Amino acid sequence: MEFPTHSSPHTGRPNRVDKVMLQVVLALIPGTLALIFYFGYGVLVNLLLAIGSAIAFEALVIKLRKRPVTPVLMDLSAVVTAMLFAVAIPPLLPWWMVVLGMAFGIIMVKQMYGGLGYNPFNPAMAAYVLLLISYPVEMTAWLPPAVLAEHHISLREMVLFKFTGALPDDYTLDAITMATPLDVMRTNLDLNMMISEIRTNPLWGDFGGFGWEWVGNWFLMGGIWMVYKRTITWQIPLAFLTGLVGMATLFWLFDSESFPFPLFHVFSGGAILGAFFIATDPVTACTTRTGQLIYGATIGILVYVIRTWGGYPDAVAFAVLLMNMAAPTIDYYTRPRTYGHGEMKS
Amino acid sequence: MIGKPPHPEPGNRDNSMSDNSTRTLIMDGLWHNNQALVALLGLCPLLAVSNTAINGLGLGLATTAVLVASNSTVSLIRNFVRPEVRLPVFVMVIASFVTAIELGMNAYFHELHKILGIFIPLIVTNCTIIGRAEAFASKNNLWRSLVDGLSVGIGFTLVLIVLGGFRELLGQGTLFDQAHLMFGEAAKGMTLRIEDFPGMLIAILPPGAFIGLGLLIMVKNLIDKRLAQRQAASSGYVEEATGVTG
Repeated sequence: MEFPTHSSPHTGRPNRVDKVMLQVVLALIPGTLALIFYFGYGVLVNLLLAIGSAIAFEALVIKLRKRPVTPVLMDLSAVVTAMLFAVAIPPLLPWWMVVLGMAFGIIMVKQMYGGLGYNPFNPAMAAYVLLLISYPVEMTAWLPPAVLAEHHISLREMVLFKFTGALPDDYTLDAITMATPLDVMRTNLDLNMMISEIRTNPLWGDFGGFGWEWVGNWFLMGGIWMVYKRTITWQIPLAFLTGLVGMATLFWLFDSESFPFPLFHVFSGGAILGAFFIATDPVTACTTRTGQLIYGATIGILVYVIRTWGGYPDAVAFAVLLMNMAAPTIDYYTRPRTYGHGEMKS
Repeated sequence: MIGKPPHPEPGNRDNSMSDNSTRTLIMDGLWHNNQALVALLGLCPLLAVSNTAINGLGLGLATTAVLVASNSTVSLIRNFVRPEVRLPVFVMVIASFVTAIELGMNAYFHELHKILGIFIPLIVTNCTIIGRAEAFASKNNLWRSLVDGLSVGIGFTLVLIVLGGFRELLGQGTLFDQAHLMFGEAAKGMTLRIEDFPGMLIAILPPGAFIGLGLLIMVKNLIDKRLAQRQAASSGYVEEATGVTG
């Protein structure tokens, strides 16, 4: 019997850590650029600060552990963590909070558990949650999208504000900041306003908040490219979005004036970013295919539950961390049957 | 069975009460077998009440008082309690002392009692106390049980104060806040305050307690490892450093 070999080219899948991480970095770029376009230079400063401090802390810990530094830094995992963290935090965050977040994420959450591959929790989201719980005021003060802003903050003013806390004379902090669409929706619903009433505000675009929905679209593009390149599997993002949309549709059909329509949830806050970039972290997510479906769907449902009835406006970070905890158990119960073993069907 | 001592020979192996063994007991309670850092007992009050140094001190002293009293009593009655019923008897002894301490605190440190609230009665369920009664006091004579109770209690109190001070300092930028609840009005000057400190709220919240305790255990293991290395270097042979449960 012959086993024919098909003719070349035989292309392989990239299966090295640094290649996968590089693909994630590339996929993040469009969304990050959109974020900078809509929300100004603060995002850029955060990005540089986060990447710089993440690399510095990683190098410090590796040095303390007496391991070779360069190969660990070259795997780019610290850069991915820093980028995910930087696109999640508000642009006006003081510089030391960014550094503090990265110190916690890299040193305590990642390296203390043994470094890449051993951390039970997603370092970027743990850092985000640490800051959100410790400094709720700073962490919920976003800028309005540039097209709506009355004041345009130049790069120099932004750097000055982030490092010294000084604003130009004619600005006040309240005048330049604005709550996120999720936050506005939540506060107004608490005031018993109708959704049709809330949406008359110019803050709203077609689906989510103005500007926000487009950032979401660009992240979606990067995410779909990653699925196409098989950097991530399709199970987690699909299950995540299905869970979220499913829950949202259910309650929206029930009462469309007090529960926002499903696409609002998808294109607000960190849903797209979470579905494609954060929940799919290969270290902290489930590894079995069935497990990934359960894991993703549960995160989606939890996001909706926490957004609607919880204490914080966005919930992706909390939902992801909660399910990180559950991932090993889900994996345990969804292990695929080894070929040739297990029960025989009669 | 009747007439036999209810317990295996109670501690007569070491009745000499030499200075050396008392010192060992004290060092074990304070450091080598610290109930909070090594045995990880009594975590519920340790984590819940250590949000300021003064709260930690208050609960630590109350726990120490209960420990000393219960250890002594259990040691005195150790030969009269049948083994089948020893646990209920120990719990009753502990509960009586806790009730007395709670009423006393309510009378003399009323404000502090209000802050510590449910955690004073909950000293009854602190595993450290029943643990010392069962594992030590029921097998040792009065003097040794008393020393053990005191050193274990002080070891627990020190951890509470350090953890409380650390969380308080990080969380709200103060040290020995509300010291007057414990030491009277004159102690108001004890409070240190860092002006314009942004405060890391998480340190005051439950996660801060877990992270802080983890860091304290890390520091203890690091010191133990260094000491073992130094000892090995001076005595001329290399020995593996012992792990957490030393």
